[in-house]
Amino acid sequence: MRTDAMLTAYKTIVTREIRRFTRIWPQTLLPPAVTMTLYFIIFGNLIGSRIGVMDGFDYMSFIVPGLIMMAVITSSYSNVVSSFFSMKFQRSIEELLVSPVPNWIILAGYVTGGMSRGLGIGLIVTLLSLGFTDLSIHHLPMVILTVFLTSALFSLGGFINAMLATKFDDISIVPTFILTPLTYLGGVFYSIDMLPGFWQGVSMINPILYMVNAFRYGILGVSDVNPYIALAMIVVFITILSAVSLRMLARGKGIRH
Amino acid sequence: MTNALEIEGLVKTYGDGFEALKGIDLHVAEGDFFALLGPNGAGKSTTLGIVCSLVNKSAGKVRVFGSDIDTHLSDAKLNLGVVPQEFNFNQFEKVFDIVTTQAGYYGIPLKKASESAEKYLRQLGLWDKRNTPAMMLSGGMKRRLMIARALVHEPKLLILDEPTAGVDIELRRSMWTFLEEMNRRGTTIILTTHYLEEAEALCRNIAIIDHGRILRNTSKRELLQQLSSETFVLDTAEPLDKAPVLDGFFSHLDDEGAMVVDVQKGQSLNGMFIQLEKLGIRVVSMRTKANRLEELFIRMVEDNNTSAASRGDAA
Repeated sequence: MRTDAMLTAYKTIVTREIRRFTRIWPQTLLPPAVTMTLYFIIFGNLIGSRIGVMDGFDYMSFIVPGLIMMAVITSSYSNVVSSFFSMKFQRSIEELLVSPVPNWIILAGYVTGGMSRGLGIGLIVTLLSLGFTDLSIHHLPMVILTVFLTSALFSLGGFINAMLATKFDDISIVPTFILTPLTYLGGVFYSIDMLPGFWQGVSMINPILYMVNAFRYGILGVSDVNPYIALAMIVVFITILSAVSLRMLARGKGIRH
Repeated sequence: MTNALEIEGLVKTYGDGFEALKGIDLHVAEGDFFALLGPNGAGKSTTLGIVCSLVNKSAGKVRVFGSDIDTHLSDAKLNLGVVPQEFNFNQFEKVFDIVTTQAGYYGIPLKKASESAEKYLRQLGLWDKRNTPAMMLSGGMKRRLMIARALVHEPKLLILDEPTAGVDIELRRSMWTFLEEMNRRGTTIILTTHYLEEAEALCRNIAIIDHGRILRNTSKRELLQQLSSETFVLDTAEPLDKAPVLDGFFSHLDDEGAMVVDVQKGQSLNGMFIQLEKLGIRVVSMRTKANRLEELFIRMVEDNNTSAASRGDAA
């Protein structure tokens, strides 16, 4: 396939993905906006005022970066997992399989689609947070890099989940039983300095902790971990998950007989 | 002349050990209208699935217009258009979007894709439905949508897996006309069908597959020459209560009361008419009964079942 044709195919997949999640915006864009607003009101305003200062910032300012990251992670993941799995379920994935689109373009298209929704939600939540706190950016490149790479990473995760899923239950197991606990325990609502030594150690094996803290560093300038190590980790994970995804596509795992 | 499709030694063994294809060879010439026939589970869809990259092969070679799917898959795919057996589009998407998106997957820019989509949606009578979500279409419209989608990138080889399944006779005839026109304009067509009348009406060459093996691969004409008899339907001026007894001919009445007579190859029809004249039966029209292929097909598949049983093959 020629380069310009590949670019057209990539744009087609991305456009289709964006058209899908904007067409069903009450299911895709509205819920995270409502949920995050409730977090801001309940945890930030009502409870946060009694918690006081954390890492030198009022509680609302402390949780905003984590909540933005939480929205980006879940939206990126769920966009790809639900879109790709429903294509498998309806067999419309065959439209792509019979076409000459290279596997890496298919993967790039879906990941970009997931990132479009994830980053779009991130922007919506950020704008909503401005109604509750003043956001100042400490390190803009770190903010942009972290949020883009994290969104790409979880889009890849969603893609692998969709490739492996054989029924609708399979696409909710990972978000419910793995992603949500890891996010809640990933330092969104607290600094790991508050935990006993053992649990601090356990927290350090949670990859989401690194992403939340790298993003918090970009915004507030404080972090429980070295943000550059966090960025390097995300890049390593993206490399591994990309390789796994491409291998699955090449073998036709779950999509070819 | 280049072959549109070349299959050599194609084998497919599924994960559960079921051997769907046992080393088939098939050549389809460019410009042909070719039928792949066989009973359910014979290996038709598996064969076409491998050609279209929907099924991984276990062994063998497949070339589409000379492009090997192992080494030049992208080139092979560019020449292929596929109409699958089951609806496989996003039911929530609009008709126009489904067709233009497919064109985009082939690298066709939106402007050109829109023109091509309009051309085929108009030809297939779906232009008025272009903004309708696919789920709102009737079964026949959905089938035509899949044909428009398969043609949007102007493939040289069109593969149709039971394209008229569940379609009423009027629509089926109009789809035949459309496909014949596509073939006349140079598109090679391969189809599988359960309607042997369809294969007889449209195709020039036919392969019969059963139990993962090609039983016959020949021209329709040659295949039909194997028939030892031909069946004629005779409409009489007066309705008959029962079929007349004709010396040397077997006759019966069909469901609509028309007389059906089997005539052996080389047997003169004059003898039949002389006897009918003597019986005072006046024939007002006569036609050959279609579905002659069906008779041959059933015979071949039955013979193969007997051979398979003696070989100990799984059905």
